[in-house]
Amino acid sequence: MTPKKAATSQSPKIGKAQIALLERLSNAVGVSGAEGEVRKIVMAEIKDLADDIKVDALGNVLAIKHARTEPALKVMLAAHMDEVGFMLVEGEDGLYEFETVGGIDARQLPGKPVLVGKDHLPGVIGAKPIHHTTADERRNVIPVDVLRIDVGNENGKKIHPGDRATFATRFQQIGPSLVGKALDNRLGVTTLIELLRHAPAHIELQAAFTVQEEVGLRGARVAAYALNPQLAIALDSTPAGDLPSWDGEESPRYNTKLDGGPAIYVADKGTLSDPRLIQHLLRTAETYGIPCQMRQPGGGGTDAGAIHKARAGVPVVSVSIPGRYAHTAALIARLDDWQHTLALIFHALQDLTPAILDTDRS
Amino acid sequence: MAELKEFLKKILSLPGLSAYEEPVREVIAEVWQPLVDEISVSRIGSLHGLKRGEGPDPRRRILLSAHMDGIGMMVTGIEDGLLRFTEIGGIDARILPGTLVTVHGRRELPAYIVQPPAWLLPDDQASGRTVDMKYLFVDTGLRAAEVADLVRIGDLISFAQSPIDLTSDWVAGHSLDNRASVAAVTACLQELQRIRHSWDVWAVASVQEEEVLGGAYTSPFEIRPDLAVAIDVTFARGPGSPAGYNTFPLGKGATIGWGPNIHPALYESFKTLADKLDMPWHDDLMPRMSGTDAMAIQVVAEGIPCMVLGIPLRYMHTAVEVVSMKDITRTGHLLAQFIAELNVDTMKNLRWDDES
Repeated sequence: MTPKKAATSQSPKIGKAQIALLERLSNAVGVSGAEGEVRKIVMAEIKDLADDIKVDALGNVLAIKHARTEPALKVMLAAHMDEVGFMLVEGEDGLYEFETVGGIDARQLPGKPVLVGKDHLPGVIGAKPIHHTTADERRNVIPVDVLRIDVGNENGKKIHPGDRATFATRFQQIGPSLVGKALDNRLGVTTLIELLRHAPAHIELQAAFTVQEEVGLRGARVAAYALNPQLAIALDSTPAGDLPSWDGEESPRYNTKLDGGPAIYVADKGTLSDPRLIQHLLRTAETYGIPCQMRQPGGGGTDAGAIHKARAGVPVVSVSIPGRYAHTAALIARLDDWQHTLALIFHALQDLTPAILDTDRS
Repeated sequence: MAELKEFLKKILSLPGLSAYEEPVREVIAEVWQPLVDEISVSRIGSLHGLKRGEGPDPRRRILLSAHMDGIGMMVTGIEDGLLRFTEIGGIDARILPGTLVTVHGRRELPAYIVQPPAWLLPDDQASGRTVDMKYLFVDTGLRAAEVADLVRIGDLISFAQSPIDLTSDWVAGHSLDNRASVAAVTACLQELQRIRHSWDVWAVASVQEEEVLGGAYTSPFEIRPDLAVAIDVTFARGPGSPAGYNTFPLGKGATIGWGPNIHPALYESFKTLADKLDMPWHDDLMPRMSGTDAMAIQVVAEGIPCMVLGIPLRYMHTAVEVVSMKDITRTGHLLAQFIAELNVDTMKNLRWDDES
């Protein structure tokens, strides 16, 4: 594909500062319903970037960057701040029973270090020694209610049922990859901060850093009502299932692929994306020579699922950065895919006019 | 103890998989060097530290054996830049997905063990069942071409979990089995600097325990001790583990082994000494075998009277094993005091209870 316009130098770049911000956001703890630590970083980053910033009743950060020209299209960009994790529910002597918050496979838990509570106290999720198991037993998944978070016998007074916990993974940049916990969706959050920094003058940009996406898109629902946008884009992370199949056959199913560029959603479990927005994104990608891929239609969902049903309806599309192993201790994404995602949305906003809504949704 | 803990954390952060113990051995050697009179490495890589006693020649010898090798993995295949692997030592595949590791290729590569999506697995590996180790991958985050340049089949993969100070006394990490015991032997050597002893003391950091007891068969043959003590970790009580005779409270004392690998008179001596020192201890009943270096040491040459001391540890053979520093220092103290009591008559007094 030959770009029709030269890939312009005005497209914002992912540099050291952006990666450092992603690292801070990845290492921060913000389990659904307790996003405060992430919110604090976001608020500090955007305080000079928006004209109007507020925190709503659920904890969403809603930041408006007004257009400098008229008529201005009101465009909502949503990125969820929350991450999957755990809540301690019962325990004593430093051993706590816990529930998972968001979709976590119980098979990802045994043998993992965790961080507990606001002070990030260290803990571990252990497992019965192999010496005390039978081969049959090892075929079965250890259920979550059998596992315990072990914080040792000294921190009992500092830890209480109700405290949240997450995987203790520290962010790393490894070769072409970004590796860390909660990159679903701190990648989206960092992208949205950069887009706010580079907001086009002709658009009323409504940046929504949302809460509780992982437990039911709750933040996005009220944010879309409050912001009342004319159209919206959800920025998220989506699974890349592009691993070899066990039998060596090429799998027709992969959802998305690493190094394939930003993933544009046509359909997921909660949304049929607006064709006008899909076309606009594809045209933008072609015009600027930005690689992109269509996410294989199927399950899953993003904030778009709640936004498009807000008020009388909002045209929506989702664009996600592909990542392997979401909702585990470590997600692996590519720096290039992130860069291309930022470029695609940046140019798509630059070239967006109210005319996009002149034709009816087909 | 702060110093000992730092040493332990340092050796926990070094690779030393069975048969590839050199990285950890070098650091142990550095720390043992000033504590012993002679230091050497056996033909198959075990570290031998000799601290001479003051008794007349020929002096009796006691061997303290703590294996320094740890469990890990090895690359068996490379597919699209992702690594297939097998285990070194016994690993429950259920603890692996999401674990940080180091792949020892042409350079050290940080990586994670990952579980592929269900649709890429055979039907019997579907959700609700454990995904077998042979279907898991190691993902280095590098692209296929780079992986092909850097990694070969047979390369080692070690756990990379950094040590965690769970409390002021409890340390969590990988390979505490059996670096905790290496720390205990080190504590013993430190205490021996201030204690007169008549026997020669051979401190051994042995190799290949987790696979074939390689060090435990060969070092005693070379050293020919009169007595030997294997120091290893044992099962601490904790979530998921049985609460019966074979688990012990964490931080409440070392264990003294009892069973066919152990000479009953040595058991009696250690028990009596622990009581005399007012030290908490527990009987570790090992009805068939001890699962330690003692299994091999006992049958070397014409046979060697053996003892087993245990340091309780939670979540054995995971990357988040937990031990108590107090139990480690107690074990070191017990060993040093036992050595202090050894004299010219010790072997004469090592009797079977059916001997008159």
